[in-house]
Amino acid sequence: MPESTRLPLPAVNFLRFDDEGAAYLQGTRCTDCGAVAPGVRAVCNACGARSGMESIRLSERGTISTYTVVHRSFPGVKTPFIAVIVDLEGGGALKGSLLGVKEDPQEIRYGMRVKVVYRDTGQTSSDGRPFYSYYFEPRGVP
Amino acid sequence: MANVYIVGIDMIAFGRYPERSLASLGAEAALLALDDAGLSIRDVQALYCGNLMEAHLMVGQRILREIGQTGIAVVNTANACATGATTFREGLIAIQAGLYDLVLAVGVEQMGKGLLGGGKRPDGFVEEGVLGSGTMPAMFSQIGLEHSRMYGTTFTQFAKVAVKNHHHSTMNPKAMSRRETPLEEVMAAEMIAYPNTKLMCSINVDGAAAAVIASESSARRLGLMDRALRVRASELTSGPYTPHEFAIPDFNLVTRNCAHAAYERAGVGASDLDLVELHDCFATAELVHYENLGLCSPGEAGNLIDSGSTALGGRIPVNVSGGLLSKGHPLGATGIANLYEVATQLRGAAGARQVPGAKIGLTHVCGGTPDRGSACVVHILEKA
Repeated sequence: MPESTRLPLPAVNFLRFDDEGAAYLQGTRCTDCGAVAPGVRAVCNACGARSGMESIRLSERGTISTYTVVHRSFPGVKTPFIAVIVDLEGGGALKGSLLGVKEDPQEIRYGMRVKVVYRDTGQTSSDGRPFYSYYFEPRGVP
Repeated sequence: MANVYIVGIDMIAFGRYPERSLASLGAEAALLALDDAGLSIRDVQALYCGNLMEAHLMVGQRILREIGQTGIAVVNTANACATGATTFREGLIAIQAGLYDLVLAVGVEQMGKGLLGGGKRPDGFVEEGVLGSGTMPAMFSQIGLEHSRMYGTTFTQFAKVAVKNHHHSTMNPKAMSRRETPLEEVMAAEMIAYPNTKLMCSINVDGAAAAVIASESSARRLGLMDRALRVRASELTSGPYTPHEFAIPDFNLVTRNCAHAAYERAGVGASDLDLVELHDCFATAELVHYENLGLCSPGEAGNLIDSGSTALGGRIPVNVSGGLLSKGHPLGATGIANLYEVATQLRGAAGARQVPGAKIGLTHVCGGTPDRGSACVVHILEKA
């Protein structure tokens, strides 16, 4: 089997791998209004600017804005899991899953500091390549 | 702006009709609304049809095949959970524009049981559980817990919404579920996504609702002003940019913007309303929309449900129909069904669930999905 078929596939289009194979989150900042969005954008959806969109790496640190503990999901999806909305330092927000915390509302604090981690999702493409995604984990006081 | 009136309106009893066709459900509602106005399909100049799941399948034309193919203009619309209300609004706008003076708006949906959405992406990847959750209950639970974060709103307060709306539904023969659910039962029901238990989630049902909309001259000429409802405001908004845009739609802001525009258009305030039918797709949603619609100050929604003010007999009854939680939520029909409830109340014809002396009522629908966006419609009706 050729080497390339085992290369990981990103689960979202703004998850990228650098030349050393390290994962990062690609984003865009509008130099006009400062809005930060995941992925590559030509036009700013916050202010409508059609130029001055700057390519950035999204921060890998953030805080939990809100969450839920999902107990019933689509067929075949393992539950429970914690679904969070995270505000990233320096702008942008992502939805994702929180790892390393018991799936109990008592264990989760609003404003909890989290970091981005990259993991094999356990899912593979039809040609056998593993899907990688970003997840969130708690982080201590910096 | 020219006055526009609802001169006929009705809905079928929401439920499960797997043996019926989508078109036959829409046709039944259309005929009920025409009967309510004492009119025929031959009087109708255009049909506006709202449906989400078969939006590309000419549902309006299929309905006319059931009730009379008069060759009139048919417009098929889809706009998430705001589909039915958007459809109604399109008909109203055509009358205001002077294109027509009598049109029919129908909202209809046939739904399976269970969670909406899901499945694999075209590349085979399942996002659910990896990229958080895309289920509707999870999204509206996150919105509820955002309110908890800001104001300390409790699981018990959210659960009281379900107790209230299920109680109201016992007085509505057209509701899907018509039974009392005590607080302990609501809170002990299967947890779907904290804090929404199964009894705090709207029910996926089949349903249809329809309205006959007329210009003032037409309503007068036909002698229909006695039971007519004047549409004081009909506003539509989409979700404006927020920093959370790519994480979760902001159902608060899209509703606040829409409500503000509607109050401005109608020249009334929230304190002038006698009742509200709002989009309680989940119990958590009802509480946040109390504030978004201005029924109470920011942070006061928990106190408002605790005080009983939004129950029948309270200061501002909300969802006396039973709401989406118990009446059911057939996506494309919901926005016209809540107009039916307010119209019925303003006509004084709501029976056991009548809000005494109701003169002005508001309807609200709001929907959307992560990674796409949101839509909101607010209508304000007044007895003509």
